[in-house]
Amino acid sequence: MPANHPGRQALRYLPVLPAVVLLAVFLAGPVLWAFHASLTNAGLTGRHARNPEWVGLENYQRLLQDPAFPLSLALTVLFVAGSAILGQNVLGLALAVLMRRARPAVSATVGTAVVAAWVLPEIVAAFAAYAFFSRDGTLNQLLGAAGLAEGDWLYAVPMVAVILANVWRGTAFSMLVYRAALNGVPAELTEAAQMDGASAWQRLAFITLPVIRGSIATNLMLVTLQTLAVFTLIWVMTAGGPANGSTTLPVLAYQEAFKFGDIGYGTAVATVLILIGGLFGAAYLRLLREQKP
Amino acid sequence: MTARRLRTRSPWADVALLLIGACFLLPLLWLVLGSLDPAAGHATNIPQRPGLENFAAVFTPELLFRPLWNSLLLAAGTGVVTLTAAVLAAYPLSRYRSRFNTPFMSAILFGTCLPVTAIMVPVYGLFVQLRLLDSMPATVLFLAATSLPMAIWMTRNFMDAVPLALEEAAWVDGASRLSGLRSIVLPLMGPGLGVVFIFVFIQAWGNFFVPFVLLLSEGSQPAAVSIFSFFGQHGAVAYGQLAAFSILYSVPVLALYAIVARGSGNALALAGAVRG
Repeated sequence: MPANHPGRQALRYLPVLPAVVLLAVFLAGPVLWAFHASLTNAGLTGRHARNPEWVGLENYQRLLQDPAFPLSLALTVLFVAGSAILGQNVLGLALAVLMRRARPAVSATVGTAVVAAWVLPEIVAAFAAYAFFSRDGTLNQLLGAAGLAEGDWLYAVPMVAVILANVWRGTAFSMLVYRAALNGVPAELTEAAQMDGASAWQRLAFITLPVIRGSIATNLMLVTLQTLAVFTLIWVMTAGGPANGSTTLPVLAYQEAFKFGDIGYGTAVATVLILIGGLFGAAYLRLLREQKP
Repeated sequence: MTARRLRTRSPWADVALLLIGACFLLPLLWLVLGSLDPAAGHATNIPQRPGLENFAAVFTPELLFRPLWNSLLLAAGTGVVTLTAAVLAAYPLSRYRSRFNTPFMSAILFGTCLPVTAIMVPVYGLFVQLRLLDSMPATVLFLAATSLPMAIWMTRNFMDAVPLALEEAAWVDGASRLSGLRSIVLPLMGPGLGVVFIFVFIQAWGNFFVPFVLLLSEGSQPAAVSIFSFFGQHGAVAYGQLAAFSILYSVPVLALYAIVARGSGNALALAGAVRG
């Protein structure tokens, strides 16, 4: 087969074209457009909607001076660190470890409950979380019944509420990743350690975790990226408030672009988010390459 | 599982798991109880006089059927477009060797890392320029593009598992590449294609932000967006109906997920398709 004939080779790859066109028009295109639009004063309506003017780095200078931007950057880091890296990741691992030691019926039942929150449409999950944390919601009812202090959680500690809600919503992913990873740990390893008298904690820390460290790194990367993009949950629960108290970068970009009609400025926020995502994406690719033997 | 394994079961693990599981169920309690309670509010109450009034109230063409139909068009359309493009793209990537493959797959994988919420503002701008706002087909194409990277990865993995020798036998009998793909490869990877389709369908069905930004007129909104109609004027919310609608809207994807989880015996097919 003259496979290295250039024309023939190109022809063979013709079927890739529809996918490439879709990706170029609807993903790569908007990303490039974002870089461009963030350098203009494009607006949602009015004069600047039809004829945006080139303003250079003005939007980015405004970002640095706008107190809302560093705040929302910090809140985004807090949201990702709290709900993804600590919450989903650690709870997912704990669930996976516990499930191996529990009765099969119990672990199947609990697994279904955890997965249910994850499979629900995001808007439904967001409403359920909102009702749970709201003033006369389930959480306060439980706390009241237990004789503990009730609170208006969505106003007093909006970040805690959205972080917990996102842990509830997203832990299933980590749990599934870690269940698969633990199934891949050779039983002989842990059994040998057990014979030698290692405790359960020692086996986990010195055998299981080092063996699955590839899965841990991959999972951390994926949950970080998923959490970075969370919008619906926060928007339904707190709408970014009170007073920007839970405005993460996706919420800020949405507000600037669509509520205040400043597409140029909103796109600058979105561009920062795209760059952060790109950074993690590049790190993820490297990680996978290193994992390959 | 080997019979001689020294698996240590512990009752504490059962207790801890059940406690965590209860915490995961609590927020869903309101949804179920509220849907059965004609007088539902934020609070989770055992309904005083439980009934199906909420379900009956939302059972209208306006409230339920049209939004669900729109959701179905959106999700099924996205599934068909994604799967078609993914199968076509996966074929050369799986069957031919070329130095083009690795960079392409890396770029695709990189695409899965793009935070979709971040590109909604530029996508809105693009749709305005191309006069595509409120267009269902254009929204389908965008949703298909966002799920394509993952779908191509999954599809290629499934296709790699079909031995080339089977196809070669068909070629010897005079079959073309295309008929080989259609009569040999696709049937053998049928369950895998089902997983990819359902995976894309569930994502599109549950997506809120994309139709929220791109589909403006009431007649084209899917259930994820029309759900806001339960927030009436002056902040009055029909909570019971909201809960009932939420359940009716969620049931199809819960059922689809159950099919995949049971069929493939590995729910991770949905989650971890990109693990390299």
